[in-house]
This record gives sequence, C-alpha cells and structure tokens, in this order.
Amino acid sequence: MDDKKLFKVSTRTIVATGIGAALFTVLFMYVKIPTGIPNTEIQTAYGVGAFFAALFGPIAGGLIAFIGHAISDSVQYGSAWWSWVVASGISCFIIGLSYKRLHVEDGVFTGKDAIVFNIYQVVANALSWMVIAPLLDVIIYAEPANLVFTQGWVAALSNAVSAGVIGTLLLFVYSKTRAKKGSLSEEK
Amino acid sequence: MMKTKLFDYVEKDNAVYNLTGFTKLACFLLLSASVMFSYDIRFILAVGVLGFLILKLAEIKLKRIRMMLLYVGLFILLNFILTFIFSPRYGVELYGSFHPLFSITERYTLTKEQLLYQCTKSAKYACAIPIGILFFLCTNPSEFAASLNKAGLSYKAAYPLSLTLRYFPDMIRNYNDIALAQQSRGLELSSKEKLGKRIKNILNICFPLILVTLDRIEIVTNAMDLRGFGKNRKRTWYVAKPMRRSDWTAIALCALVLLVSILLSALVNGSRFWNPFT
Repeated sequence: MDDKKLFKVSTRTIVATGIGAALFTVLFMYVKIPTGIPNTEIQTAYGVGAFFAALFGPIAGGLIAFIGHAISDSVQYGSAWWSWVVASGISCFIIGLSYKRLHVEDGVFTGKDAIVFNIYQVVANALSWMVIAPLLDVIIYAEPANLVFTQGWVAALSNAVSAGVIGTLLLFVYSKTRAKKGSLSEEK
Repeated sequence: MMKTKLFDYVEKDNAVYNLTGFTKLACFLLLSASVMFSYDIRFILAVGVLGFLILKLAEIKLKRIRMMLLYVGLFILLNFILTFIFSPRYGVELYGSFHPLFSITERYTLTKEQLLYQCTKSAKYACAIPIGILFFLCTNPSEFAASLNKAGLSYKAAYPLSLTLRYFPDMIRNYNDIALAQQSRGLELSSKEKLGKRIKNILNICFPLILVTLDRIEIVTNAMDLRGFGKNRKRTWYVAKPMRRSDWTAIALCALVLLVSILLSALVNGSRFWNPFT
C-alpha cells in the first residue's frame, strides 16, 4: 500500500467498520479493568478502538467508536448518551489521522511510531473528553458543569491510559505477525 | 455469564415487528429526541408510558429485559447521588427560586427545586429505555440496511451498520468461548487476582478475540469483493420491505410527539424546563 489515502472508503474499510464496531460494543460492555476507584473503570474498548483507527484510518476509527458506543449504551441503558457517543467518535477519528504515518500492516512499528501514535492519542483524548464531552453534556442534558468536567478529566485520563497501553501493545504485537515489506529476496 | 440470546433477532408477526427498519429508526430518533429535549416531567412520564405500551404491543416479555432494567436502575441511582454531591444548588439556579425541605449543612440543603430537577433527570433516563429496547430487539439487520438505503442513504454507508448488528451476537459468542477456554487453563479474572496480573489476563482474552476479528474482516471483505460489492452505484435488496400506510402513520405519530415536546417548551413552559415554582 503505497498511496494511503486518509479518507478513501474501500470494501475493506466498510467491513472493518462494521465488524470493528461489533467488537468495540462487546468490549465496551464486558471487558473493563477496574482501577480501584469506585465506578471508574478503564475501558479496553478505547485501546482496541485506537488500534483499529491506526490500522484502518479515521473514517473507520471514528465510525467504529461512534456506532459501538451508541449500540452498547442503547443495549445496556436503553438509550445512548449522545454527548459521550459523539466524543468517542471524535477521539477515534483523530487517532485515525495517524494512519498515514504508520505502516503496521507492513510489519513496521518502531519506537518512533509508538511516540507518533501516542501523541495523536493523547491529543485526541484530551480534546474529546475534557472539552467536547462536557460541553455537549451541558448543552444537551443541562448537567451541572462542575460534575461533568470532573467526569471528563477522569475519562480523559483512563481512556488515554487504555489507548496508550493497550493500543500501543496491540500495534506492536500485531506488527510482529505481519510479514515485512521486501522481506523476500530473489535468489541469484 | 451473559445471555447471548438477549440480543438475537427473533422474527415475530405483529404490528411493531412488521414496520420497516427505516420506520423503526425514525421513530427511535424522534422519540429519543423528544425525551432528550424536554425537562417537563409530566411529558417525559407520558412518553415513558407510551414506550411501555408499545413494548407490550410488540410482545416483548419483561423477563427478557430484566437485567437491562437492573443496570439502568443502578446507573440512575448513582447519577442521582453524584449530582447531589457535586451540585446541591443546581435546581435553585435553574428554577430561580428557593424552597428548602430540610438541610444537612449549609451547602447541602435539599430544596424542592433540586428534587424536581433530579427526579426529572432520572425520569428522562428511565423513559428512554423502552424506546431503545424496541429498536434493537425488533429490527432485522439486513432489512434495516435495505430500508436505510431506500430512504436515500448510500448503501455503502448503510452497510457497516447492518454488519455491526449482524456480527454483534457472534462476537459475544466468540468472547464467551475464548474467555471460558482461557479460564479453564487457569486464568483468573475475578477480584481474587492482583490488579497487574488481571490486566495481563484480560489482554490474554482480548488478543485472540482481535485476531479472530481481523481474520473475519479479511474473509468478509474478500467475499464481498468477489461478489462485486461496490461496483455499481445502486443495488437491490433481497429483504427490502415497501413502506406501507402503517409505517407512515407510525412516523407521523412519533413526529407529533416531538412536536408536542417542542411546543410545550415554546408556548406553555416558556423554556425547556417546567417551572411550577413561579
């Protein structure tokens, strides 16, 4: 894949979005890591969402988190918490922008790549959970501002940990399972 | 372990199931929006009752959704307590009056305004439940994509959504299989294990699941490409249902509910909040 276009939608993007969102939904509902603080869990789904975003690009990433979060909310609580659903989508969309700089599917994921991925990831999480989510909470749901901004800080931190640890780890391990580009040479 | 059957689509023949997927989505969005917009507890409760009536009409048994109701109940309770701890005066700010009931400290004085605000908020969450359940249990994934496409959405955009709904129950089954297999090999996931070890154990379940998913993406992509998916600008659907009169009636009724919600705020209450204190 030489010309990676950020916003190209191929059959692969469509399928990755659909099935990735199903995976996101299941992880979001069942696979949480307790932190010791009551009712605050690290969502493995965000780590996996970041991984898919880096692998399939911003469109797939954003939609995976958006659809996945909306469905898991609806299944668990009967209706989606739209402000956070939108924030989820935006965070994975931004992480997906790193897609062009990474070459994981060619078996390359160096320390420098890990830093690039994590910069995107931290910016994305800070923006969506400390700014967008609380702002939408106040606008749509008329929630008290100090409550939602506190929740936003906690969410930003725990999602950044999830994306940073699980996402980076997954990218690293996955790159090992891929054959390196140009790993075959002609025998003379 | 979770009951995977909960999310399976089971065909039924009644007025709600026979609506098209597009109708169900439109009604879901219209009703959700009407509850989301309004802060009038009388209106919200009315929509809640309507939702449960439709649930009855769709022949969905209460037993099937009991766990879900329990989850939501807990969530609402927690939100109720947190809201009071963080903003005990928010109701007073919103309604602009002060009717104390009793006080614990100067800051934590329970007012009628705060009580109304928090009850309204809880009612909003509770009354949205049947609406979401209806949409998810009564919609056939393939038919849903077909009707979204018919409503004007590009089929390439409609497809991921139906793929998600289609593969979601499969994914739960996969997760269950992997989790049980790993546990039978001695992987501890409960709180008996130390946190660091537990994270590692959870990753041991995640990784096979993700590899299975990536494989499946390849397989489905190839299958779709081989069948010429995306070659033409239009496609036909095997499961497409035509819009009937009952569909338009249902959408019109839900649109009416949203209209009532907006008019109630604009004309009767003068804001999104119902203020009985002035």
